[in-house]
Amino acid sequence: MSKHPTIAEHLEASGVSRRSFLQLCSMLMVTAPVGLALTGKKSVLQVAEAIGKTKRPSVIWLHFQDCTGCTETLLRTSAPDVAHLILDVISLDYHETLMAASGAQAEAALRSAIADNAGKYVLVVEGAIPTRDNGVYMELGGRPAVQVVREVAAQAGAVIAIGSCASWGGVPSADPNPTGAVGVDYVVSGKPIVNLPGCPPNPYNLLALVLEYVTMGRLPELDEFNRPKFAYERVIHENCPRRAHFDAGRFAAAFGDEGHRKGWCLYKLGCKGPITHAACATRHFNEIPGVWPIGIGAPCVGCTEKGVVWRMGTFETVPIHLATPPDTYPPIYSAAGGIKVGAAALVGAVAGAVGGATWVASQRFQSSAEAGVTRVNVDREHAEKLKASAAKPIDKPVFKPVSTPDDKKED
Amino acid sequence: MAITRRELISTVAKAGVPAAVAMTVGAGSLHAETESIPIPSAAVGLLYDASICIGCKACVSACSEANDTPADTRGDALHQAPSDLNDLTRNIIKLYKPEDGSPSSFVKRQCMHCLDPACAAGCPFQALHKDPETGIVSWTAEECIGCRYCTITCPYHVPRFQWKGFNPRVTKCELCSQRLEKGLEPGCSSVCPTGAVIFGPRTVLLSEAKRRIKKNPGRYYQERVYGETDNGGTQCLYLSRVSFEKLGLPELGPESVPARTLRWQRRLYQYFALPALLYVGLVQVIRQRLKGHEQEAHEREKETGLRAQL
Repeated sequence: MSKHPTIAEHLEASGVSRRSFLQLCSMLMVTAPVGLALTGKKSVLQVAEAIGKTKRPSVIWLHFQDCTGCTETLLRTSAPDVAHLILDVISLDYHETLMAASGAQAEAALRSAIADNAGKYVLVVEGAIPTRDNGVYMELGGRPAVQVVREVAAQAGAVIAIGSCASWGGVPSADPNPTGAVGVDYVVSGKPIVNLPGCPPNPYNLLALVLEYVTMGRLPELDEFNRPKFAYERVIHENCPRRAHFDAGRFAAAFGDEGHRKGWCLYKLGCKGPITHAACATRHFNEIPGVWPIGIGAPCVGCTEKGVVWRMGTFETVPIHLATPPDTYPPIYSAAGGIKVGAAALVGAVAGAVGGATWVASQRFQSSAEAGVTRVNVDREHAEKLKASAAKPIDKPVFKPVSTPDDKKED
Repeated sequence: MAITRRELISTVAKAGVPAAVAMTVGAGSLHAETESIPIPSAAVGLLYDASICIGCKACVSACSEANDTPADTRGDALHQAPSDLNDLTRNIIKLYKPEDGSPSSFVKRQCMHCLDPACAAGCPFQALHKDPETGIVSWTAEECIGCRYCTITCPYHVPRFQWKGFNPRVTKCELCSQRLEKGLEPGCSSVCPTGAVIFGPRTVLLSEAKRRIKKNPGRYYQERVYGETDNGGTQCLYLSRVSFEKLGLPELGPESVPARTLRWQRRLYQYFALPALLYVGLVQVIRQRLKGHEQEAHEREKETGLRAQL
């Protein structure tokens, strides 16, 4: 067997059955039904053929400020066979957790892995990189992590940042970020970098990405945060199995309450699904349906989103950016709006003001009538006085205007 | 004061003659106005079949997206749940569900794009106007004075005014003209999973609707297409199992609302008869009242011996 066998040759040599390889290929198709040239619109056999012809991709895996959770997710498959299969498909040439060597031997292994596949290998970075105080907070073989990652990335074909820490800092970058932890794309430039955030991300995303790169020779379409669209284009809320409960307004109000036990929507418990871009809702973990946070009744924490996890309150509810219709309907004729208290008060106040003003004005008119402005009334009063005094029949018209000071002067 | 028998007869006779003339003249023109409404050459529209609609509301979301309007979350912070068409909602799915358990039905409501639109007839400045080719009724901000007559005149209560905001707009379905220009179909019909709403030229839609009626005898209410002649004909057509009135589509008859208004308006002013009658009537009232005043003044003068000073 040649030094760089194809995947098919290697699998045959290591005794992997055709059946389990096809199962892996179908898992890849489930992982990336769209968005990858490798799996899109192809049958399992076509995918298997394409992968089988390819030389095993050389992968160098570096650890920095991490918890090794991303490595664990790659190894913690539902059956040990699958983990072996994954490690047979890719050639993991350097991985500090999985290799037996240590110290100078390990350093030598890294150097030889780089030299063997210079310009072709895929560098997978796990963990954030400390930058404060010239990166003294993490050193490998006496060299700061920043320097190591730059050196190894310089000769890589592509760089994949696996996990939230390598993508944008993750847990180590949470406030107050004492080590100045940053993601790979902050310190490495000039190389195509793909971020696979998640805590941990689904390992099939990594596998699909690496195989796409080696079979097709290019990286898939990325979003604004350099995340592959096939896995991070949509928010969890869009494909959530509990979405029907959201649309019907059935929410768990507290952990362990009736709604929570019945599997209702976790939005009001602080689920970040509506703002978290990830494919967890459709590609569950460990190849077991339902194995993912929301599936086991734990609200999504938004681990793929820089602005959400460790920056928002765990139980804080999030805004719904894309509100969609509920599963209720308005009636044909909507009920007429009632009279609100404020409106009634306003109308009452205006009516009262008008009424009051009218009354005051009428009072003034009355007083001016008494002052003799309206002559007709005065005439009538005068006539009544005459009647009351039972005066003699009038011989000639008597006109006695209201006397004014000026009139008196003339007299 | 008392009205003498003589005066009464005189008044009635004077007012009655022009009225009789007006009535005679008006009666002649009552049934005269049956002008046929021209159908635009490239009239497009929607055919909504309520019996196929599953109420998924994909069209509601698609409409918001196509018209770049935010989802109406004012009633319910988490959902796009408007109760009716409104300033943010140009398209809505409603549910007719009788309590007695008789068949229920969804209905999609949006602008009907009438052949003779009442909104455009009511608009004093042609801010709402019907495209002469496609027949799409749309609104232009430059012409609008914000009088909101369109919201009152529309018999389907479709145009809605943005009551909130400093530069309010009138919103209504404009058949996604911006998408039609790009060769796309309207947002609502483009996403309908069952084909309950389809877009196309009005003639094609009408023949399709009639084909469905013919193919499924007894399925559709009255075996007729709402909008073929209703309100003078509309470009958006409806098929339904339940009565159209129950779905909020009023029975308006074959005469369009503007045509009916125009008929009555013309009758009112024909030969200027009714205004003249009104004038004569008013003159009579004023004369009667003046007489009364004179009489009153005269009586008072006699009583008091004072000269009336009116």
